[in-house]
Amino acid sequence: MRKIMVCVKRVIDYNVRVRVKPDGTGVVTDGVKMSINPFDEIALEEALRIKERGEAAEVVAVSLGPDDAQQQLRTALAMGADRAILVKQDGIVDPLVAAQAFLALAQKESIDLVLLGKQAIDDDAAQTGPMLAALWDRPQATAASKLEVRGDTLVVTREVDAGLEVNEIDLPGVVSVDLRLNEPRYVKLPDIMKAKKKPLDVVDLASLGVAAEEHVRIVQWQPPAQRQKGVMVKDAAELVGALKQKGLV
Amino acid sequence: MNKVLIVAEHAGGRLNPSTPKCVTCARGIPDAEITVLVLADDGAAIAGEAARIQGVARVIRVDDPANAHPLAAVLAPQVAALAAGSSHVFGPSTTFGRDLMPRVAALLKAPQLSEVMQVEAVNRFRRPVYAGNALVTVELPVGRQVVCTVRVASFEAAGTAASPAPVESAAPGAVLPRHTRFVSVSAPSGDRPDLQTAARVVSGGRALGSAEKFGMIYRLADKLGAAVGASRAAVDAGYAPNELQVGQTGKIIAPGLYIAVGISGAIQHVTGIKDAQTIVAINKDPEAPIFEIADYGLVGDLFSILPELESLL
Ligand SMILES: Cc1cc2nc3c(=O)[nH]c(=O)nc-3n(C[C@H](O)[C@H](O)[C@H](O)COP(=O)(O)OP(=O)(O)OC[C@H]3O[C@@H](n4cnc5c(N)ncnc54)[C@H](O)[C@@H]3O)c2cc1C
Ligand SMILES: Nc1ncnc2c1ncn2[C@@H]1O[C@H](COP(=O)(O)O)[C@@H](O)[C@H]1O
Repeated sequence: MRKIMVCVKRVIDYNVRVRVKPDGTGVVTDGVKMSINPFDEIALEEALRIKERGEAAEVVAVSLGPDDAQQQLRTALAMGADRAILVKQDGIVDPLVAAQAFLALAQKESIDLVLLGKQAIDDDAAQTGPMLAALWDRPQATAASKLEVRGDTLVVTREVDAGLEVNEIDLPGVVSVDLRLNEPRYVKLPDIMKAKKKPLDVVDLASLGVAAEEHVRIVQWQPPAQRQKGVMVKDAAELVGALKQKGLV
Repeated sequence: MNKVLIVAEHAGGRLNPSTPKCVTCARGIPDAEITVLVLADDGAAIAGEAARIQGVARVIRVDDPANAHPLAAVLAPQVAALAAGSSHVFGPSTTFGRDLMPRVAALLKAPQLSEVMQVEAVNRFRRPVYAGNALVTVELPVGRQVVCTVRVASFEAAGTAASPAPVESAAPGAVLPRHTRFVSVSAPSGDRPDLQTAARVVSGGRALGSAEKFGMIYRLADKLGAAVGASRAAVDAGYAPNELQVGQTGKIIAPGLYIAVGISGAIQHVTGIKDAQTIVAINKDPEAPIFEIADYGLVGDLFSILPELESLL
């Protein structure tokens, strides 16, 4: 295989306790740390390992989002991606639109394998990978926890409700990754310096021939119902007593 | 009339309990006519089960050897072909539905809503985002076809119908790809209750320290007739298999009783159990965040508490 494309989304860092704005128009983002979606970091790590094994020649990191998403792409370049492309688009983008944008890039770049996250931890949609694969009319393997390259075929182990499922897919194809696929490397300072010189192109969504259609409109944001803090019991006997009284055991 | 097509999930010739839950969600759509679609190699028994779910108007059965294993790339074109004319296409938010439904949506050029937890109107739904830290109400243009995955933890299973709905056979005539092949799936894990539908769940975390000691969780679960769950840390460390992971990226569950043992209560874990009726937390750290959401908290060393619990139950 020659080229791998990795989709890298800019999201609120997974350590941040996300809060809904009091006016219900979104979540608080002011002064909040932004990062690469954790699944996408794993996707990128996998692409880099494939390349380092000599099974791919180039790794291209792509993102769809605001100008600031260049920061996440720079991090991707520092991790080891060869170059990056930002498709500029502000605001929330429907996964169907994201999939169309990535399809355009995959075709333009003659990509052999698209690696992306099984879900973005902001919208928790888990849609983009399968949508891209469908529009491309190519195979998909979602929630990958192991990936083996055998020439033009991938053998992918997937985390499913029943346990582990193994599928074989022909390239080109789309693989969405799960958390146990690998542990991403840390970025070192010299790599950050080197990344500044790597190419990062910025293009418009429209230039890819994709319309920023708003398929789904969010009309309200609400905080979830809070669970009431319960009681502390002093020992196992008191716990069993309480559960028995409520008829739970 | 709103036509809702529900893609049935099944394994080993049995309908998965997620399907009657999708039916309950679909019944929330006003004036809904509900069709269940069974794609299998031999779907006779499964279709028969689906026909007896209360609220189902008819069942469509597509038998094809290619449907022996649920490969999204193979199933999606068949679903899309049969979904023409449906206003809503539903599937469960299990790994089956998460894999398949977005592929269907893209073929239909329809938007998808993931993890629908409530139907507010024919074109208005509620769903969680940010690991359940926010709930959004979303609206689609009236008349726009939509694909949804149904958050199974948010719905009770629909009951049994007095008389079964008619079952029709169909041949969608879609061209099925050969670029995706099934190789294997791990064998079902014994006869313990299923994590996603169990009334009681006992989960263990990193604190268990080894696969061997994780056996204590199984013992307590067996005593309670409960299913076993695990935190991501416990799965990552190899104490428990991946299919037991509870949370944002594992299974989202709503049992009557959830007992978290040696689990800190990270937001990604808590998001998977928030709908449990009663949560019990056992942790040696009184400051552990799990206590903020627990109905009953017990501070102490699990290695002495679990044997005590076992002997008291
Ligand atoms: C994108 C993303 C998705 C994730 N998805 C999930 C998910 O789906 N599910 C999930 O669980 N996690 C998920 N996580 C991980 C999550 O953030 C936590 O790291 C994980 O839940 C921690 O597991 P734990 O509570 O077992 O371990 P820890 O956080 O290490 O907690 C162990 C607890 O055990 C207690 N303890 C230690 N010894 C004892 C003892 N002898 N007796 C009693 N108590 C003891 C400690 O006080 C501590 O509270 C995700 C993370 C990311 C970034
Ligand atoms: N705007 C985006 N920019 C880059 N990657 C994205 C974007 N949207 C989705 N993706 C990729 O698709 C995966 C699944 O996203 P989602 O379907 O939104 O849950 C993410 O983990 C990313 O790899």
